[in-house]
Amino acid sequence: MTEPRKESRNPFSAARGLLSGMRTTARTMTRPAHTQQYPDERPSLPPRSRGVIALREENCTSCMLCARECPDWCIYIDSHKETIPAGPEGGRDRQRNVLDRFAIDFSLCMYCGICIEVCPFDALFWSPQFEYAEVDIRDLLHEKDRLGEWMATVPPPPALDERSADPAEVAAANRPARTAREPRAAREPGTVREPRAPRPPAAPEADG
Amino acid sequence: MTGLDLTVVEIVLRSAAVLAAFLVLPLLVGQMEHKVMGHMQGRLGPMYAGGFHGWAQLVADGVKFIQKEDLTPAAADRRLFRIAPALALVPYLVAMAVVPVHPGWVAADVPASALFVLVASGVSILGMLVAGWASANKYSLIGGMRSAAQLLAYELPLVLAVASVCLAAGTLSLTGIIDAWSPVWLLWQLPAALVFLVAAVAELNRPPFDMPIADAEIVMGPFTEYGGLRFAFFLLAEYAGIVLFSVLFAVLFLGGWRGPAPAWTGWLWTLLKALPVAFLIIWMRVAWPRLREDQLQRLAWLGLVPVALGQLALTAVVVVAL
Repeated sequence: MTEPRKESRNPFSAARGLLSGMRTTARTMTRPAHTQQYPDERPSLPPRSRGVIALREENCTSCMLCARECPDWCIYIDSHKETIPAGPEGGRDRQRNVLDRFAIDFSLCMYCGICIEVCPFDALFWSPQFEYAEVDIRDLLHEKDRLGEWMATVPPPPALDERSADPAEVAAANRPARTAREPRAAREPGTVREPRAPRPPAAPEADG
Repeated sequence: MTGLDLTVVEIVLRSAAVLAAFLVLPLLVGQMEHKVMGHMQGRLGPMYAGGFHGWAQLVADGVKFIQKEDLTPAAADRRLFRIAPALALVPYLVAMAVVPVHPGWVAADVPASALFVLVASGVSILGMLVAGWASANKYSLIGGMRSAAQLLAYELPLVLAVASVCLAAGTLSLTGIIDAWSPVWLLWQLPAALVFLVAAVAELNRPPFDMPIADAEIVMGPFTEYGGLRFAFFLLAEYAGIVLFSVLFAVLFLGGWRGPAPAWTGWLWTLLKALPVAFLIIWMRVAWPRLREDQLQRLAWLGLVPVALGQLALTAVVVVAL
């Protein structure tokens, strides 16, 4: 087994190989099958399964990052700007983007997940839902209302590993607050930083 | 009981019984193959047809086969092409008619039934040869030639193994062999039994001896051009062959209907002894890889034939000495 060799002429080693084949199959037969009877029995999918991409519409700012990063350009976004008038106490009018259309063509999507990674506002999520087959390939272009329905199937993010670093949000919240900087005049004169000494000139490279 | 004093009604009834067994038992073996093979590979096999664990899968397959178009290639030898499946199938039906399953239960009790069975099963291989030639297809032809080579190589040890049993029993009649059988034969005729089993599997072109139909290299061998009902007939012939050779193994080497139970359970004993043999044939298919053509010939001529000849000599010596 360790090295390639010519076929064994020894009938006993051949018989041993044949018997081990029969033993393996017999053992497999006496154990439960690995089959999941899918339509009758829901598959147990791992938490990060890539079934479909769901959209949380209110988080989307129409920034178009996902559409631009998409390797096969299967995300379609239309938006327009709306002006929010200034409040009663001064200020100025502000503009915000309003999403008109967000569509993903799942006949083109290659499930790379780049759009989800790149979204800065957590508007796109993986959902393990996979049962959206269609008879006609053109029916796989799904608009934002359908993408929004899939948000209900997005599982909560899996817990972090035992000793992993805190997530960025938690680490930021736990960081000790910065103390207010004292006014410059209150500092002692002696503590004024001296100008930094000039760096010694870099040693010439010995490359000839 | 000679075959001459039967009334017409009796002949019809016996033929109908053989036909019924011929149509039901291969399906049972086929279903067993589906399920056993599935579980040996960690699968479940058919689960839906018929509702309970896919018991009707082969019936559904049959319905599907019937619906398919009956194609004949333009370049084929039409008459031979069309008759080949029948040529493969009918000999097994004929052979089954002379195999005894119960004291007195044999559709046609011919005097030299052991010889008759061997001849009939040999004719069945001709069906594959004819199919291979008549299809006008290179893969079919290669498969047919391989089938012919296999027939030549494995018919000899098969006949020698049966000859040893016939010699031991002193008769060519299968009924007579069962009457002469005694448990000592299990040891005495063991080499013949092994040779018979291996040669029978080769005769049926089943893995590990499926070189003639090796689907990975010559598509489906002689069956390449066949579809629909004619293809189904070839499949049925294969499973009917498993049934025939399993029962024949039980009759020749395991004492047929003899068992420690009331006489009326004879047929049950025959089936009970044939079942593990059929299971073993299926098991070999699942567990073992296909033999190359030269390995196949080497096994037959350098392995089985000498063993069978040795067994024949041993049997002859024992019969003469005692």
